[in-house]
Amino acid sequence: MPDADLKPETLFKYVLRLADDQLILGQRLGEWCGHAPTLEEELALANIGLDLLGQARSLYSYAGEIEGKGQGEDDLAFLRPEREYLNALLVEQPNGDFAVTIVRQVFHAAFMVPFWRTMTASSDETLAAIAAKSLKEVEYHLRHSSEWLIRLGDGTEESHRRSQDALEELWGYASELFEMDALADEMLDCGIAVDAAALKAEWDATVNAVLERASLTRPMDSWSQSGGRSGRHSEHLGHILSELQYMQRTYPGLSW
Amino acid sequence: MKTAKAWEAAATVCDPEIPVLTIEDLGVLRDVQVAESGAAVVTITPTYSGCPAMLVMETEILGAMRSAGFDDVRVETVLSPAWTTDWLSDAGREKLRAYGIAPPVRASSSRQALFGKDSVDCPQCGSCNTERVSEFGSTACKALYRCKACAEPFDYFKCL
Repeated sequence: MPDADLKPETLFKYVLRLADDQLILGQRLGEWCGHAPTLEEELALANIGLDLLGQARSLYSYAGEIEGKGQGEDDLAFLRPEREYLNALLVEQPNGDFAVTIVRQVFHAAFMVPFWRTMTASSDETLAAIAAKSLKEVEYHLRHSSEWLIRLGDGTEESHRRSQDALEELWGYASELFEMDALADEMLDCGIAVDAAALKAEWDATVNAVLERASLTRPMDSWSQSGGRSGRHSEHLGHILSELQYMQRTYPGLSW
Repeated sequence: MKTAKAWEAAATVCDPEIPVLTIEDLGVLRDVQVAESGAAVVTITPTYSGCPAMLVMETEILGAMRSAGFDDVRVETVLSPAWTTDWLSDAGREKLRAYGIAPPVRASSSRQALFGKDSVDCPQCGSCNTERVSEFGSTACKALYRCKACAEPFDYFKCL
């Protein structure tokens, strides 16, 4: 059970951050339906999106329980305004070409593998259970996206150029994943959260190994962008939400 | 006695996407409890977080339980301990093969091998001369393979 001093609002927000990351990335991947370069990859990206959506559902249900105001997973996913979304900026970045999608996926999965692995030891039993379930899924996702990045980087001149461009484009969004703030620190102190900053070394090792095999160059650390964890988003999130939330906003309380 | 009857009823439900497997074969059925009052609780666990078949299975469990005389039934979903392919029964693995889906080849583990390749036997002709077409297949739990001996494509139940 969580610490007695722990405020439910803090845990609620922490779980929402996690849920929003998986939902928004899952939604992005779903946009490839009907547009992916090959049928197999269309299935793959939709499958990965489905896993992420499943993880988001478990997290939203739990967030709703913590909040205790009767909000279910649908309320939290469909009825919050943009500034209340707490996902990292990386996951809301547009799909771009296939290389951009794959690089985004490698960045995210290389982070989530050690994140969920550490979370399995959380003092919060529900989060530990969701982590154990999700870990196996993201390990599989990481294998898929890494193999693709190697194929693209080490492929044709064109696929190499596009992959390197994608790395440069998204590199500045990766550092936000490792940010800690007062809220995350408080969760860490009571044994619930993961020290995201401590995962950087493993992320670097994973990404470097893939880049080396892919004959790609690790971008220089220069600019970086953050703000998603406190609800300050890039211009893209609003567009995602307008599509994601359209039905619930137009027909409140609808059911199939 | 009642609990055994309730388990039997719940265990008749099949996976809607792999209709030769019951939820018992799959290891999705975790527990069935019947209280003195006759109220039953059926506990299931998803194979994958996003498995879209869970809701269908839940509905079918309620139906099967009702047909067996249990009117007060609740289905609970648990995540822990997380499902792995080890939960597939031996009977389930054989049924999968007979149905044309290659069962998971090895016991799951927390393997870190980024580029681990599975050696999967063709469920049609038994040849080990197969190749992976895609890590993802027609459902969340399957990957797509091709047999280079008999030239047939086939589904492989992913190892998790």
